[in-house]
Amino acid sequence: MSGLMNAVLQYGSAAAALVVVGLGIRLGRKWAPVDSQMDARPMLVGMSVAALVLLAVGGWLGLVWSPQDREMGDVYRIIYVHVPAMWMAMLTLVLNFACCVSYLLKANWKTDALAEASAEVGLLFGGFGLVLGAIWGRPTWGVYWDWDPRLTAMAIMLVTYTAYMALRRFVEDPDKRAVWSSVVGIISFANLPIVWFSVKWWRSLHQVQSTPKTVDPEMALSLRVNAWAFLILLTLFLLHRYRIALATREAEVALPDALPPDAPASRDGNSTEVA
Amino acid sequence: MRRSRPISLLKAVVVLLGKDLLIEWRTRARLNALIFFSLATLLLFSFAVGPDTKLLARNAGGYLWLALLFASVLALGESFRVEQENLTLDGLRMAPADARAIFLSKALGNTVLLVGLGALLIPVMIALYGVKVTLGAGPMLGILALGCMAVAAPGTVYSAIANNARARDVLLPLMLFPLIIPALLAAAKATTLVLQGDPMNQLGSWSGLLIGFNLIYWGLGFVLFPRVIED
Amino acid sequence: MEASPAAPPALALHDVSKRYGRYWALARLSYTLPQGRSLLLTGHNGSGKTTLLRLVATAHSPTHGQVEVQGRDTVKERDAVRREVALLSHASFLYEDLTAWQNLMVLARLLGLPSPEDASGELLTKVGLGRRSSSPVRQFSAGMRKRLAIARLLMKAPSLALLDEPFGELDPAGIQDMERIIGELKDSGVTVVLATHLIEQGLSLCEERLHLQEGRAVAA
Repeated sequence: MSGLMNAVLQYGSAAAALVVVGLGIRLGRKWAPVDSQMDARPMLVGMSVAALVLLAVGGWLGLVWSPQDREMGDVYRIIYVHVPAMWMAMLTLVLNFACCVSYLLKANWKTDALAEASAEVGLLFGGFGLVLGAIWGRPTWGVYWDWDPRLTAMAIMLVTYTAYMALRRFVEDPDKRAVWSSVVGIISFANLPIVWFSVKWWRSLHQVQSTPKTVDPEMALSLRVNAWAFLILLTLFLLHRYRIALATREAEVALPDALPPDAPASRDGNSTEVA
Repeated sequence: MRRSRPISLLKAVVVLLGKDLLIEWRTRARLNALIFFSLATLLLFSFAVGPDTKLLARNAGGYLWLALLFASVLALGESFRVEQENLTLDGLRMAPADARAIFLSKALGNTVLLVGLGALLIPVMIALYGVKVTLGAGPMLGILALGCMAVAAPGTVYSAIANNARARDVLLPLMLFPLIIPALLAAAKATTLVLQGDPMNQLGSWSGLLIGFNLIYWGLGFVLFPRVIED
Repeated sequence: MEASPAAPPALALHDVSKRYGRYWALARLSYTLPQGRSLLLTGHNGSGKTTLLRLVATAHSPTHGQVEVQGRDTVKERDAVRREVALLSHASFLYEDLTAWQNLMVLARLLGLPSPEDASGELLTKVGLGRRSSSPVRQFSAGMRKRLAIARLLMKAPSLALLDEPFGELDPAGIQDMERIIGELKDSGVTVVLATHLIEQGLSLCEERLHLQEGRAVAA
């Protein structure tokens, strides 16, 4: 493949992904609220097409174009989906943490809805990445689960955020749910580095078993294109999940028939201060 | 007319801790049940693992901490359940008692409870698994205290949350266990080193991890807990 | 305490709404209680009386609007308000496993009273529990709990006393005692907000009346 082609793929995929993220943020503000009149269909279709095209290109790059790995042959190719999935999971957890902090500083249903969306989508990507990691572990180490520090830390993280989601399901009062889950979200996020270091330590004292994460420069392009494709996918998932979360919150906090006729207009989440 | 005046955080912690320990003492039947529960857990490990005494001795530290962890879920769950009857937590908040003092007193109370429990379990563990405390009682108690504090701080925050949720008995361990894996890891490792000797000088780093864990979670709990209980 | 014209109202509600989950317990309630007057809250079960009292007592924050006690916002100046108000509610705030004496001592110490022992003993005698001071609350009857709860309220020496169904679960003698205690509170300058089904008793004790229906104020 020519250097020009290489550059087109590299910058084109990045540009496409960033445009989609920008659009996603715009739609999140304009289209996601329940009372929105916006017709987002063309943009959503465009974003979905971009995701599919980039995923196809990324798949081709990863499965066909990239060279075999000297030691692991074709098995390594799973990293083209495994690694991006894990990156996206991390990204959503950072987003979740930001939402949790922001909600405690200033209560807003939108932040709460985004926190819910990011945790759930993050769990999806993290779970996907974890299963792929285990599948990769089988031919590489001979077992599905080798207590590799990265995968172990990721598994602990997934359980932590499953608990976060469980808490959200088990608290009915939306105000309390938002505050409590923010507290739990912050604590869970603070735990990530501690888990990572302790697990690494714990393993390194037993046996040195590091995952071959050094990526050849030739493989970098495939990985990047796939990562950008995943970012588009993530944006779409987040957007839709956020819209659902907003609608759910709307129904919970201001069900019209639960209010007497001239009751306060509480649809504006900004005015709901939780002291 | 009697005039009340604000009391310091420390004094509030002392009053509240005294109150909690007094209630604990007056309901000591429950405390006894907790002790026997953790002893039974310790005993069960021997049956689950089989009669391989060498294996049991090697894993003794881990078993001790698992038994403490299971008991801690019961103890932590109870620490806000006693405040639920007659809404006494509301009574404390409106007294007013500083919410941070409530956190510190509950977390300290749970620490005291768990350390006491651990102090009872350690001799039993020594006898049951045939281990000896190579590094002596001082390091053993130090690790016990650090580990119990590490469970108590996040446990207190989560107990206050889970107490008001549905399925609270499942929710508390579900939230707490993944969170305290690093603490469990460090405490079990450090305990094993205290029991079997520390030829490679690893005890320092594991206790360091425990101290760091404690600093982070006592700090976070202190800052975040008021938001949990105030409405 | 004489009501001076410059003094802020004892209690002011500004467009107060409170939502529990999906349910609006109070909707756009505005009301001002001048200094030196006492308020009778009436309304059916579920009309929002208890919610209103809990908001004023700072157990909850309003979802919308502001509540002011003696000119102080219950959210922004919560600790200051908490020193002004005391709530007698259905929930007694009593530790069942502690004795009557111990319950009062915990509160006295939290309040930083100069002599917690004296304060506790004095109040136990006042509410007629002097001889049961070392019994655990678990052994108390409902009426005795009410008496201990009122002792708890008196210990706070509030300037605004919130009484939610104070006559409930009391025998005739207890009702008389309660009326006497409320009268004494008023005589000492305490503003009383009283929620009760016993409108006769309530009207004889309070000058103002607020009738709630489905979380809103209506003419009685």
